[in-house]
Amino acid sequence: MHLDHPHASSTALSADARRPDGRRRALRIGLGGPVGSGKTATVAALCRVLRDELSLAVVTNDIYTREDAEFLLREAVLPPERISAVETGACPHTAIRDDISANLEAVEDLEDEVGPLDLVLVESGGDNLTATFSKGLVDAQIFVIDVAGGDDIPRKGGPGVTTADLLVVNKTDLAPYVGSDLGRMAADAKAQRDGLPVVFQSLRSERGVTDVADWVRARLAAWTA
Amino acid sequence: MSRAALLVLADGRFPAGGHAHSGGAEEAVKAGRITGAADLEDFCRGRLHTAGLVAASLAAAAALGVPARELDAAADARTPSPALRAAARKLGRQLTRAARATWPSDELDALAREFPKGAHQPVVLGLAARAAGLGAEDAAHCAAYESVSGAATATVRLLSLDPFAATGVLARLAPEVDLVADAAVEAAGRVRGEGCGALPAAGAPVLEIGAEVHAGWAVRLFAS
Repeated sequence: MHLDHPHASSTALSADARRPDGRRRALRIGLGGPVGSGKTATVAALCRVLRDELSLAVVTNDIYTREDAEFLLREAVLPPERISAVETGACPHTAIRDDISANLEAVEDLEDEVGPLDLVLVESGGDNLTATFSKGLVDAQIFVIDVAGGDDIPRKGGPGVTTADLLVVNKTDLAPYVGSDLGRMAADAKAQRDGLPVVFQSLRSERGVTDVADWVRARLAAWTA
Repeated sequence: MSRAALLVLADGRFPAGGHAHSGGAEEAVKAGRITGAADLEDFCRGRLHTAGLVAASLAAAAALGVPARELDAAADARTPSPALRAAARKLGRQLTRAARATWPSDELDALAREFPKGAHQPVVLGLAARAAGLGAEDAAHCAAYESVSGAATATVRLLSLDPFAATGVLARLAPEVDLVADAAVEAAGRVRGEGCGALPAAGAPVLEIGAEVHAGWAVRLFAS
């Protein structure tokens, strides 16, 4: 077990980049955002695209136990042993930011049981615009909003929109039906994010999750470099 | 000892996973046994004098240096419900991580090696108190208070109960928390001579049965 190395004891507890056996641990990417914006659908699409080139696993944080995990299982995007559900006591933002202990255990158990892993996607249950991941839990985070949630969300900002390493504006195919102005959303996001990247995507289009997958590949290349 | 270290350990925001557990309150709310502040107080009093007393005595004994292996077995013997055993170990593992990061100590490192998937949470709490330079009384107070505070805050979420009413329940129970902690410390002090049989074994069958029922729900807000 990795705990057999006493010198690692004070550093191998959260964000340490190496497992105590010296191997580099998996890159951890968090996905957060409001309810219904398409986080789980994005995770499912990423799994389908990346599972043949990477060893990956998913941790879900549900408000109600296991809903998102069960969606991923039904969709069969990964074998069940690669999907783990953390129960959050009605507060996913607490479990991904203020008290990350259950998530760290889920990530480490996945590495122990189905590893070695290249990538772990940690999905938050739908939450509010202030919900961000602790840096003790993830190495990078994606914030997912959608055009139907209101095209003023990028303008409103908040920690998720302004500080996430990648902002995804999802369901662009719905924009004409809900009266959302994609140009305005792009301009507002640019103004709020100080140069951080933004992806507009529709998972129903042919391009699908390609841009997000490319971003993940780039992060992984930087992580393993 | 440092009084402030006790506040750090007892803080409800100490990041050791407690926020995801209701101490049986979720099942009790659904079963209609908790509907407001008055029966929350009854529920918490029951927890305090059963699960709370046992947890406090385990924590106190661990803080006194009784080996974790013995105390963990004693905790198993006092926890019939497999769901509650699993929850206690899960929380113990999370507390081990948080305590090792907060108060690095050889004893906590040894505990993590011996119980990679977690020892019962009150046992870990006692060792965490030790690592923080606290004593058996402090550990017992933490465990006794936690046995009621988690259920009270969970009920605020579950019933949208007035948070002032829930905190009032805790304040009214405070003198009893002191008495339970005292009894726990007294029992823990006898373990060296009499073995773990000296520890109280007060049981709450409805909590045990309720935990098994709760673990079978397809949809729930809390992990236990």
